[in-house]
Amino acid sequence: MTVDEARILGALSGVRDPELDEPITELGFVSNLEIEGEAVNIRLRLPTYFCAPNFAYLMVADAREAALSVPGIGKAKVILEEHYASEELNSGVNAGGGFDDAFPGETEGPDLEELRTIFRRKSFVSRQERLCRTLLSEGRSPQELAAMRLGEMATSQDFEKYLERRKELGLDVSEESPLVVDPDGNKVPEEAVIEHLRFAKTVRVSIEGNAGLCRGLLDVRYGGRRGVGQKEAML
Amino acid sequence: MYEKDGEKYFVVDGHVHYWDASPENRNKYGEGFINCFYDYHKNLSPEEWVWPKEKYDKYTEEDMMHDLFETGYVDVAIFQPTYLTEFFPHGFNTTEQNAVLKEKYPDKFILNGSFDPREGVQGLEQFEELVDKYDLKGVKLYTAEWKGDSRGWKLSDPSATKYLEKCVELGVKNIHVHKGPTIWPLNRDAFDVADVDEAASEFPDLNFIVEHVGLPRLEDFCWIGVQEPNVYGGLAVAIPFIHTRRHYFTQVIGELLYWLGEDRLLFGSDYAIWSPKWLVEEFVDLQMPESGEFEDFSELTPEVKRKILGLNAAKLYDIEVPEELQVEHAGTGPAVTEKPAADLPT
Repeated sequence: MTVDEARILGALSGVRDPELDEPITELGFVSNLEIEGEAVNIRLRLPTYFCAPNFAYLMVADAREAALSVPGIGKAKVILEEHYASEELNSGVNAGGGFDDAFPGETEGPDLEELRTIFRRKSFVSRQERLCRTLLSEGRSPQELAAMRLGEMATSQDFEKYLERRKELGLDVSEESPLVVDPDGNKVPEEAVIEHLRFAKTVRVSIEGNAGLCRGLLDVRYGGRRGVGQKEAML
Repeated sequence: MYEKDGEKYFVVDGHVHYWDASPENRNKYGEGFINCFYDYHKNLSPEEWVWPKEKYDKYTEEDMMHDLFETGYVDVAIFQPTYLTEFFPHGFNTTEQNAVLKEKYPDKFILNGSFDPREGVQGLEQFEELVDKYDLKGVKLYTAEWKGDSRGWKLSDPSATKYLEKCVELGVKNIHVHKGPTIWPLNRDAFDVADVDEAASEFPDLNFIVEHVGLPRLEDFCWIGVQEPNVYGGLAVAIPFIHTRRHYFTQVIGELLYWLGEDRLLFGSDYAIWSPKWLVEEFVDLQMPESGEFEDFSELTPEVKRKILGLNAAKLYDIEVPEELQVEHAGTGPAVTEKPAADLPT
């Protein structure tokens, strides 16, 4: 692997499947990567021919933007393979237009930002539940969680991911701010913490299960062939 | 009927198809569709249950009768039609196709119909004729179905309301809803079940069975399920996870029992994507683990399994169940509760 390829993969690992809350590199969605001087060609693949076109578009567009952010790369082309709307998505993204331009007449209202926000909120809730689950298993009570502030937390991967999602939503990440907040940033009161986390658990089960299904389908569809930069073995 | 360890289970397979996806009856989208189905089949089936692709494209009446009724323990199966005529010129599995088997084996099958609100007044008349002709008690709706330039519709559309009013009038009381990846507008989440919530509130006399328990939006489905007593969950596509991803399936069934209770969940194989034999056997064997992660889930007793495997669906479709296969006592699932406090707009 050349240095440039590693850099591009590094940038692509910052692109998440908005629905599954995992990097496209780890999910095995990057099927090929070619660099020629300043230009890079990236090929993406998805678990099914009919994966939702809006999420597909976000990943293709985000991948292109990520590649272009790498110093020394002046041109990036991203091709989504074997999808019912490949043609529209590929020409739309690589022409630099929005989702509305790729599917004229088939959309309404704000581009895809609203959709992206809905899934950022879900992923925030799920990450928070994951973190709190660990704290509860370590012996903290729900009441204690309600009183905790971010500054009291020890560093961990789950905590970093939680902060990352929290920042994306534009919420307070200062040391004094409460640990358990809703997706609007409001502190969850002590009496509501148990119920809040109970529903959050359902959100996490849903997202994690969905990710498992998608990994399985991708594996079957491509006969277990790993994606570029995919570290984990597929299920 | 399935029997194990002295317990008997009446089995209603709430979701079966008799499809034709042969090369002669499909365009490139239809090919993509059936390939996607085949990947689902291969991904979650036990190895010995994986069919060759040619058989999967188009199987026979004998295959179906054998897999459901001879070896699959099914007492009654419910046909859920999926027209998809934009992908399959003669239809994927229409009411008319399914009716051939219904007429031949009237006691084995329940025939459901379908409607498409985009067909307007003319469609409404045709729907009424379909209901009269086959004496339908239920419909299967696929909101992501394409039609011309349209990529889908919502249950809350005014045009759909007219059809639901017609369902009330005609006694078509079971509305099975299946979400898919496309819908207008295309930039919104197609899997969102908020429209089912609206329709269920507006039509309290109809039962709304959300197929695949709202997957991949389990949380959105549970959210509406706790508020609407006439919302049910169909377990097709969820239940096959039991084989290769048992831990995940146990979590899903635990969540469903927690939010909806045992009286509103319906078994379905989604035949021929999966076959009922191994699903029924593995489901009856399933126990809720006692470890921490599962502690707030209720126990999976034979009574709970009896309801899910057949008695709940029998109630919705007035299917006669032999006396010895009934559950003696009423459900212990939670009643309809207030909205949970967790704030998560959908």
